[in-house]
Amino acid sequence: MKKIFGMTFIIAICALIFAPNFLPAQQAKPWEQIPTPRLHDFKPHQPQRIVLKNGIVLFLQEDHELPFVSGSVSIPGGAREEDAAKAGLVSLYGQTWRTSGTAKLSGDALDDLLEAKAAHIETGGDVDSTALSWDSLKGDADQVFALAMDLLFHPQFSAEKLQLAQQQVATEIMRRNDDEGEIASRESAKLVYGANSPYTRQPEFATIGAVTVDDLKAWHDRTIGGKLIVAISGDFDPAAMEAKLRAAFEGLPAVKAAPPRHDTFAGPKPGLWFINKEDVNQSNVQIVGLGTDRRNPDVPALVVMNEILGGGFASRLFQKVRTELGLAYAVGGSYGYAWDHPGEFRAEVLTKSATTVDATKAALDQIAGLTTRPFTDEELARAKDNILNSFLFRYDTREKVLAERVKLEFYGYPADYLETYKAALEKVTLADLDRVAKKYIHPDKLAILVVGNGPEIKPGLDELKQGPVQPIDITIPMPNSVH
Amino acid sequence: MQRKTSPWIYKGVMALMLAAIALAGARAQDLKSFEQRITTKVLLNGLTLVICERPEAPVFSYSTFIDAGDVNDPSGESGLAHMFEHLAFKGTSQIGTKDYAAEKIALAKVEAANDAYEAEYLKAVGRDEAKLAELKKAFKEAEAEAHKYVIPNQFTDVAERNGAEGLNAETQLDETIYFWSMPENRLELWAWLESGRLADVVPREFYKERDVVIEERRMRTDSNPIGRLVEQFLATAYVAHNYGRSAIGWPSEVSQINATEAMDFHKKYYVGANIVVAVVGDVKASEMLPMLEKYFSNIPAGPKPEEMTTVEPKQFAEKTVAIREQTQPFYLEGYHRPDYRSPDAEVYDAITDIMSNGRVSRLYRSLVRDQQIAAEAEGFSPFPGDKYPGLFAFYAVPLPGHTPAEMRDAIHKEIDKLKTADVTDEELAMYKTRTRADLLRGLADNQGLANSLAQYQTRYGDWRELFRQLDKVDKVTKADIRRVANEVFVPSNRTESWIETEAAPAAAAQKDGGAQ
Repeated sequence: MKKIFGMTFIIAICALIFAPNFLPAQQAKPWEQIPTPRLHDFKPHQPQRIVLKNGIVLFLQEDHELPFVSGSVSIPGGAREEDAAKAGLVSLYGQTWRTSGTAKLSGDALDDLLEAKAAHIETGGDVDSTALSWDSLKGDADQVFALAMDLLFHPQFSAEKLQLAQQQVATEIMRRNDDEGEIASRESAKLVYGANSPYTRQPEFATIGAVTVDDLKAWHDRTIGGKLIVAISGDFDPAAMEAKLRAAFEGLPAVKAAPPRHDTFAGPKPGLWFINKEDVNQSNVQIVGLGTDRRNPDVPALVVMNEILGGGFASRLFQKVRTELGLAYAVGGSYGYAWDHPGEFRAEVLTKSATTVDATKAALDQIAGLTTRPFTDEELARAKDNILNSFLFRYDTREKVLAERVKLEFYGYPADYLETYKAALEKVTLADLDRVAKKYIHPDKLAILVVGNGPEIKPGLDELKQGPVQPIDITIPMPNSVH
Repeated sequence: MQRKTSPWIYKGVMALMLAAIALAGARAQDLKSFEQRITTKVLLNGLTLVICERPEAPVFSYSTFIDAGDVNDPSGESGLAHMFEHLAFKGTSQIGTKDYAAEKIALAKVEAANDAYEAEYLKAVGRDEAKLAELKKAFKEAEAEAHKYVIPNQFTDVAERNGAEGLNAETQLDETIYFWSMPENRLELWAWLESGRLADVVPREFYKERDVVIEERRMRTDSNPIGRLVEQFLATAYVAHNYGRSAIGWPSEVSQINATEAMDFHKKYYVGANIVVAVVGDVKASEMLPMLEKYFSNIPAGPKPEEMTTVEPKQFAEKTVAIREQTQPFYLEGYHRPDYRSPDAEVYDAITDIMSNGRVSRLYRSLVRDQQIAAEAEGFSPFPGDKYPGLFAFYAVPLPGHTPAEMRDAIHKEIDKLKTADVTDEELAMYKTRTRADLLRGLADNQGLANSLAQYQTRYGDWRELFRQLDKVDKVTKADIRRVANEVFVPSNRTESWIETEAAPAAAAQKDGGAQ
């Protein structure tokens, strides 16, 4: 499958006006004669929020279009909290939890039972959380809910299924240097956060081998006492569902707050890094730095700046590197923001070996240009149109509204965050753009990583004049049993 | 008809477990309810509009389905349909240009300059390098001249500024699909943009875009071990049919496609009779149809392009492809099967489901769970397309220390079981339940529904087949599965392919990206 547009740095949309346009006067612009009627009235359907006495939060989102019911329990604590010597634990936990099953019903028996109903119960682990989720036909909803609760409260971690999960992760480790894009994103993130950071450290054969069934049990027992968020959506009766959830969760002890994190984020050491991979004919160039977190009041202005830098077809990077120079299919960039820790600044361009230097220079020039080439009214208007006119797609389904509310609850943001965020986007001015570009864009603090075919890269990377080309060794540490 | 696009993206079978599913019996999900909400209209130019009202939110999605893809690329021009798809984002005589009359003349000069360059470049005897350089320079100058009239990316800019979400297109072997979603009050603007670019494409910035497409090839195929393997696998499995040809284009061909060829492709295949446009969302068909008809009538009428005569001859020689390189091992094999119109199409779907769907599937339980030799193992079909006879393929990702040969043997053992014993009642029932549920689940998404309606309208001449296929699913029997397995999964009908890991050369010199 081939697409016109393979990368997605696009954020999204929606004002009802056309912005001023400074194109040559001779163009007729027939599309501007087409009326834009008033949008049909629409109020996103908010879920019902219930806080239990013990601090557990329930969300109920009715949606009767299809005869399904789905649910999830989000549990604070994820891979960033795992012991570095056991890196990979949360990934193993996320797999083994479900595949092991419960004291009453093995994971395999659970598979048979659910699949016959086209129903699912799954578990998984992420960087800051783990989750249990389920879904089924309405008629099976009670039974599937009971099974999901059994798995939540009475899991049985089995050594056999842990071993299966370890084999899965071992295969990922073994294969992690096969794909150029995977190497580039992984190693560039390590440049930003540090190789041993809780956000980037990678599982190794030794660390996953160190994980035991007792570790998984201990992880479960510890995290299950945190502030759980339970979210149900679909075709159910809200009063009956509330009663059922209260029965399952109200008796639990008061939730324990997650201990605060004390991470330090120094950002990358500026410079030029290189990883040689001789079975490719295209370089993957990543230009990275430290980003910010979403609580930063400058985020709306940064989002508009991102749209101008690398948002869509009309962005500076796309226009220059792809449309005008024809140097890349995949090109984009943005100053990133995460919910509760600094994200990454990241620009990337994939270009044939011989044009690595040209394309990298062109991308660097666009990054530097954020502080030297003034933003125009036209760029501001376009970026705001792009973001605000498609903003609607953040809440055009009840499922999306629910998912957003769960995220806001999880990270402690106000329930009306989207509204205030949208209002702030509308207010962004040229002065704001200039200010945030100067404050956050520092080309001298960025690291450049090139993954590519060294002998084919001519002119060589020294032409970039970014100091010495520093090789990164990505050799996979092998255990004694695998050669 | 459901095609898995990238079945071997190595992220594990578990990740495939999507969201929920369920059985019918509900209000808004049966054929009758859809008949009330769907309006179909064939315009005088032959183009079919399918409009489905789903006013859940003030938005709509559309899918334009062109019944032509890279399988239709003329000989020597592989990658042409995809190249044209990129052109369809460059605007028309009315959008993307400062002065179309002047631009048209400049574009003709670009084409003439390219022809002159190519004629010299392709000379088998007596190519004059100095002349070639001169012609290249003249071409670049003509290109720069034409560029003066361009307003870059104006077509997509207008769409994005008006809230287009998920704006993209896909070229597959069988078809080309254009799609996005928008706020419902932009329906007329969308109709203007979409009908305009289907009817009135201008070969603007064609040669720059060709470079972009070649970068896409480098990313998807050349620089990706699985991409390289699949290209060789298909080229080996097919001897006559275009399914064996690189879909994104062989480098020598895609790098020499010219704008004239792209416009010829457009003229032949982008005619009303070859296009279905489906719109799903907060749209009132009775109010909007006259407006849509006005815009989409601009697309030229034209005969439905003639069907391809080539039929892949019956395979009688077992074939193998072995790649030895410094990447991790992988195994992929395929057997020729009939196209989507075959009365056995649902039998193949049943085999796919029973062999591959989730942790209950036979390949997972055998290769992953019990033997513990693979991280992932699945069958998928049809591949690489469904309009013409494709392949039933199987792949497996070996665990560290295991080999492609072990994958092959273990897969063959599971295939043999299909041939010698009936599947269980539970397996067959599970296939039927899950298929019904999957269909239902897809109805809650504007974009997915638009794609399905356009696809079924094209392939069967009636979108209702999307629902009627369930009757055929219900009729699949255990005997059907055994019969088909015995017919198709035979060595003489097979192409095996694998990647074997080659040891790294000892004491490799540190390469540093050309720096000294």
